[in-house]
Amino acid sequence: MEQHEKLNIEQLTDLCKKMRRQIVTMINKAGTGHPGGSLSAVEVMAVLFSSVMRINPAEPKWSGRDYFFLSKGHAAPVLYAALANRGFFPEEELLTLRQLGSRLHGHPSSECTPGVDMSSGALGQGLSVANGIGLAAKIDGSDQRAFVLIGDGELHEGQLWEAAMTSAHFRLDNVCAIIDSNRLCLDGPVEEVKSLGDLKAKYEAFGWHAVKIDGHDLQAVYEAFREAEMTKGRPTVIIADTVKGKGVSFMEEQVGWHGLAPNDEQLKTALEELK
Amino acid sequence: MNETIAPRETYGQALLKLGSKNPDIVVLDGDCSKATQTSLFAGEFPARFFNIGIAESDLVGTAAGLALAGKIPFVNAYANFLTGNAWDQIRISVSYANKNVKLIGHNSGASAGQEGPTHLPLEDISLMRSLPGMTVIEPADAIEVAKAVRALAGHVGQAYLRVGRMPTPVVTSEEDPFVIGKANVYRRGTEASILANGVMLSKAFAAADLLENEGISVDVINVHTVKPLDAECILEAAGRTGCIVTAEEHSVIGGLGSAVAELLVQNRPVPVRMVGVKDRFGLSGKMNELHEALGLTTEAIVSAVKSAIAAKG
Repeated sequence: MEQHEKLNIEQLTDLCKKMRRQIVTMINKAGTGHPGGSLSAVEVMAVLFSSVMRINPAEPKWSGRDYFFLSKGHAAPVLYAALANRGFFPEEELLTLRQLGSRLHGHPSSECTPGVDMSSGALGQGLSVANGIGLAAKIDGSDQRAFVLIGDGELHEGQLWEAAMTSAHFRLDNVCAIIDSNRLCLDGPVEEVKSLGDLKAKYEAFGWHAVKIDGHDLQAVYEAFREAEMTKGRPTVIIADTVKGKGVSFMEEQVGWHGLAPNDEQLKTALEELK
Repeated sequence: MNETIAPRETYGQALLKLGSKNPDIVVLDGDCSKATQTSLFAGEFPARFFNIGIAESDLVGTAAGLALAGKIPFVNAYANFLTGNAWDQIRISVSYANKNVKLIGHNSGASAGQEGPTHLPLEDISLMRSLPGMTVIEPADAIEVAKAVRALAGHVGQAYLRVGRMPTPVVTSEEDPFVIGKANVYRRGTEASILANGVMLSKAFAAADLLENEGISVDVINVHTVKPLDAECILEAAGRTGCIVTAEEHSVIGGLGSAVAELLVQNRPVPVRMVGVKDRFGLSGKMNELHEALGLTTEAIVSAVKSAIAAKG
């Protein structure tokens, strides 16, 4: 595997800004897409892909790799940005998002995009798949790990709770779930649509080790991943408190920017803010 | 009278044998391992057996992850709950994501009849057949189910296999070939071709005997693989005999009959009659009683053959 230097906080800060510019630009170019939930997950994805996961851009299907699953598949732009910046495909290709013939579909496809291990887009499915990786690694005595990014609104899906029981029952300490807790779903605040209650307590009751962090604090994100790695005998969930649309003032905390593309004028303003 | 054996018994034994030959085989069950007979595999290979509990969606998703890591998962649940409850997981995490998962639908057709209509999978083949890339197999009997298990283990790709619960007549033999996608021609006739699978193959043989007594000569063809369909064999039969009767322990909407009709109507339109469940749910009763009540009988095949021949004009 290629040598990959972990990034320091300053480099990560720059990378996050770059990813945010890429996200708004590619969605503007496509004319459709989901900026809000992509922008909220930038720090988590930046740390994961640059400093936590063992992956090999030159050999995406390297058998020793760690696995990542984007259960909230509509945040595909943040995944594509993370993959492009890590060298899985050229950065210019981000501008082909959602175009016919592009390798970058509206939602992730494992058959099309280098570095994408599982297709997603129907919400709720990612943790079960991560558990499958966790079980396989246990059979093989491998130290490979599986990471899955889940939306907080997505936690309305029952399969995620079936899978949460499975992770705990089989003591899958090689599985790490991250909840992108941006508190907004499509129709409004998650708490109004259907409240989730005390998530940390819920996961703990399900047998998980739960960590709650500020999902935009790079140091906290990095340390949470370290804590997950050190936690043995049970899976870890990182509940990342985030801001939907983070980094673009007029998108922040706005339900309307869940699945709306910025026009050229709005893109210009956004890029100005993300300099 | 043929010997009767429950397909699930030979299924469980075949899986057990496969387990010692191939260390990549893993088995997942949804809290029905005694009914599905995967308990045999579980007893011998506990590290490669996972009981995911009563959670079909999670069951299928977990299998997709195991397949991604290079394992060959056999996923076991009752056919109606597997294909119904976990439809979205099968569609996205298995089929669209093109994962090497073997979906095993148990208690197929009317084989768990006394449980009632909620437990009678009569639409599962229709659902699975509509997924791009999905192989769909309905074995004729306990011998063929074991062959299908071995074939699927060596076949890279998503697949759905039906397994019956109750003892049914053994009508194939160990020596018969089993190739995925290749129909087996058991009898060659001149006036009509009966294409059957599952438990209906035994009834097709009985129908052919009755018809022969009346001087009517028919093909009996075992179409164990509903997808990919053996187009060459079926078109040859249609060309030779000039009419087709399908027989399946499944709804006539979307199953073997539909698959055959889709092929023929576009390539060699000949009269087709379908024996199967006619756009309705099942009933609660013993398997053989349900076959009578739902029109899945030897007599139904005989009259369908006569009707098809008459329609040739």
